[in-house]
Amino acid sequence: MSQTGTDRVKRGMAEMQKGGVIMDVVNAEQAKIAEEAGAVAVMALERVPADIRAAGGVARMADPTIVEEVMNAVSIPVMAKARIGHITEARVLEAMGVDYIDESEVLTPADEIYHIKKDEYTVPFVCGCRNLGEATRRIREGASMLRTKGEPGTGNIVEAVSHMRQVQSQIRHLRGLSEDEVMVYAKDNGAPFDLLMEIREEGRLPVVNFAAGGIATPADASLMMQLGADGVFVGSGIFKSNNPEKFARAIVEATTHYDDYKLIGELSKGLGTAMKGMEMSTLTPEQRMQERSQ
Amino acid sequence: MTTIGVLGLQGAFREHVRSVEASGASAVVVKRKEQLDEIDGLIIPGGESTTIRRLIDKYEFLEPIQSFGKQGNPIFGTCAGLILLASEIDGSYDVHLGVMDIKVRRNAFGRQRESFEAHLDIDGVADDFNAVFIRAPYIEGVGENTKVLARYDGHIVAAQEDQYLACSFHPELTDDHRLTAHFVGMVEEAKKALAL
Repeated sequence: MSQTGTDRVKRGMAEMQKGGVIMDVVNAEQAKIAEEAGAVAVMALERVPADIRAAGGVARMADPTIVEEVMNAVSIPVMAKARIGHITEARVLEAMGVDYIDESEVLTPADEIYHIKKDEYTVPFVCGCRNLGEATRRIREGASMLRTKGEPGTGNIVEAVSHMRQVQSQIRHLRGLSEDEVMVYAKDNGAPFDLLMEIREEGRLPVVNFAAGGIATPADASLMMQLGADGVFVGSGIFKSNNPEKFARAIVEATTHYDDYKLIGELSKGLGTAMKGMEMSTLTPEQRMQERSQ
Repeated sequence: MTTIGVLGLQGAFREHVRSVEASGASAVVVKRKEQLDEIDGLIIPGGESTTIRRLIDKYEFLEPIQSFGKQGNPIFGTCAGLILLASEIDGSYDVHLGVMDIKVRRNAFGRQRESFEAHLDIDGVADDFNAVFIRAPYIEGVGENTKVLARYDGHIVAAQEDQYLACSFHPELTDDHRLTAHFVGMVEEAKKALAL
């Protein structure tokens, strides 16, 4: 007798990705470069976040042809993005055999209030979070993996740092609370009480939490690992750089040996220009993708 | 005390550390080849086999791990670790460590949506082992000195050949440490034999 789609199988898949780098790709050729560089998975997209920003309009699930092309090109797991609350996009990706779905604020939300009820799916989901309230709500909806939201497509690490620090600091705070205080904390943060009690007991989230949204250099990847990330997503950072092959390999190595500064120094030499990047204050509130869900 | 190293280049190595410690041995995360001198046995964890292989090459682990095993030190490979130990990989000319006489098929049960949990009878270890299979490989064929320890749906999912132990599932993801304890036993015996 066997069972598919259990929490252990879905969360376990993300555990296997730990210490690794997941790279955004838009075609088979980029997917192969990512796999060759040592990526643990690829995210198949129609456009990387920086281009989604530039293009404007409504960003939707990628054309299934692109996702299929990437699935056929590599043997590492393939992830794809569905719009927040878009049950059908998620079911289509699941039916195609995608290994992980990102219910992502990088795409234009299909539902401004409700997220997908992810525990009803056999395929596992990853979702973005900025704080413990968002993290626990996503886990309760069925997310098997989390990532910081950061601010995608900016090449600016500042928001990812803030979101990772916020979650870690809230977990530390939670550990010092008494049970009656946790009840009020649950109310104030819109977080499920029993899940908070579990996190308080274990001292960590029950799923892995990767860094995402603004990682542009090997040093950025190392920084996020030091702040407690289990691994990193690199979106626009790789294929918007001058030398994607070299950049991809350097980011993988910096993630494995995130506390070896001499090595990271070596890796960072002559990498060419990183993606240009954007300052947060130049974004209007509507341009901040992280505000698209709670 | 017996010290078991867990190759910590990528994947679920912290869970193996926990499982080794629960089985009464001490555990270290191995990130540099020099650390192989300080351990009695090695676990190669689950993760992405292509990624781990790239990092094994990058940090020149291939030959040192092969000689570590050839000296008689036990090595346990789980999931991706099993693929790395195999002497033959179906549909590929690429062999990694190639120290164990088994032929494996990657992602043999399908993609992530086909990943599953099932109860297994593992010869000499447990008859009710809750095994977690994630994009798992299986063993298509074994050499004459390789002992089959478990099958699922007719396919070989655990095997042992002298100092090498391999399984296609993830014993580190549950609280059942019996398979890890079996490996710790192998390491303790090898340590005694090597000391003579």
